Amino acid sequence: MSKEEPTPRLAVLGAGVMGTSITTLALIHGVPVVLVESDPEKRAGARARVERELRTAQLLGARPDIPEGELVISASAADCRGADVVIEAITEESGLKVKALTEVDAAVGADTALVTNTSSIPVDELAEALPHPGNLLGVHFMNPSYLIRTVEVIRGSRTGERALASVERLLTALGRRGVRVGDGPGFVTSRVLHRMINDAARVVQEGRATAEDVDTLMQECLGHRTGPLRTADLIGIDNLVDSLKVLHERTGDEGCRPCELLLRKVADGELGRKSGRGFYTYAVGL
Amino acid sequence: MSNPTADRQLTAEGVAAELQKFLRERTKTDWEPDTDLFASGSVSSMFAMELVVHVEQTFKVAIAGPDLKIDNFRTVNAMTALVLRLARADDTA
Repeated sequence: MSKEEPTPRLAVLGAGVMGTSITTLALIHGVPVVLVESDPEKRAGARARVERELRTAQLLGARPDIPEGELVISASAADCRGADVVIEAITEESGLKVKALTEVDAAVGADTALVTNTSSIPVDELAEALPHPGNLLGVHFMNPSYLIRTVEVIRGSRTGERALASVERLLTALGRRGVRVGDGPGFVTSRVLHRMINDAARVVQEGRATAEDVDTLMQECLGHRTGPLRTADLIGIDNLVDSLKVLHERTGDEGCRPCELLLRKVADGELGRKSGRGFYTYAVGL
Repeated sequence: MSNPTADRQLTAEGVAAELQKFLRERTKTDWEPDTDLFASGSVSSMFAMELVVHVEQTFKVAIAGPDLKIDNFRTVNAMTALVLRLARADDTA
């Protein structure tokens, strides 16, 4: 971080997989975080989840040798007051995101940039329902955020220069490289990846290959780092299905309609790494 | 005075065998003790944290500070050496 730049103050909404991952990324870079979670059960376990992610970051050599940022866990959006940037990482549902962002907007100043970590909902669609649409932009962090150094930055048609500059300062402090892309359903990464994962799951559903074989072929023949179905487990199959529904509803692309196998896994609670079982099995919570 | 290492009867052979059994169950692959688990790409780096938790719970050791690094989990031999070192440190503490 440049000596001239003060440490940004960050608030994160939602202590799920992505909120925890983004919080970990910030803390290891010395950025203090207010993590807001309204669900009492999730809030109670939030610090332990962040601690586990901090250990994983250290294990994998992703932790810079600098003092950790302070973590405050809160139940109230009012505690975002004073933040330079607020990142929402709640459920992939437009109405819930607008509600959360509206509450935050009332708590913070006009100088605070609001960021949605949506994987698929267009920024403009959320911005039009907010009191200060110019303060909103999208930053699509991948999971785990502390390992993946590039993020997708989505500027809506009304996103202002001030919000963009605040977020770019934050990304610099976090050691991330932002690639700026245009707004639209799924932006670039989800539009391409999620449809491909849906196809991979459909191949398994049709009994033509096992999940292991699909991933092995995609890794060893095509150079995919983890394979699409391991990636689905890492994203969270429920989150993936939510995102596919957004893509299907907004593009009409039948390839984005979540396949039966994905829907069945969600119904059965096989959500991927976070639930201990998805296309593969895991120690719960790892 | 009790000796935790003796009570647990930790030997290099025993620790290695347990780790190989766990790895076989989780990866459906047999691993030689000196093979790098992560080099082939068939074991993801995210699996490493699962290994850490397994080692801590199975051998009753705490892995922290400079010991919490991927090189200590690359091979069965590296993990075995770590477990024996931490268990002996416990005994002498």
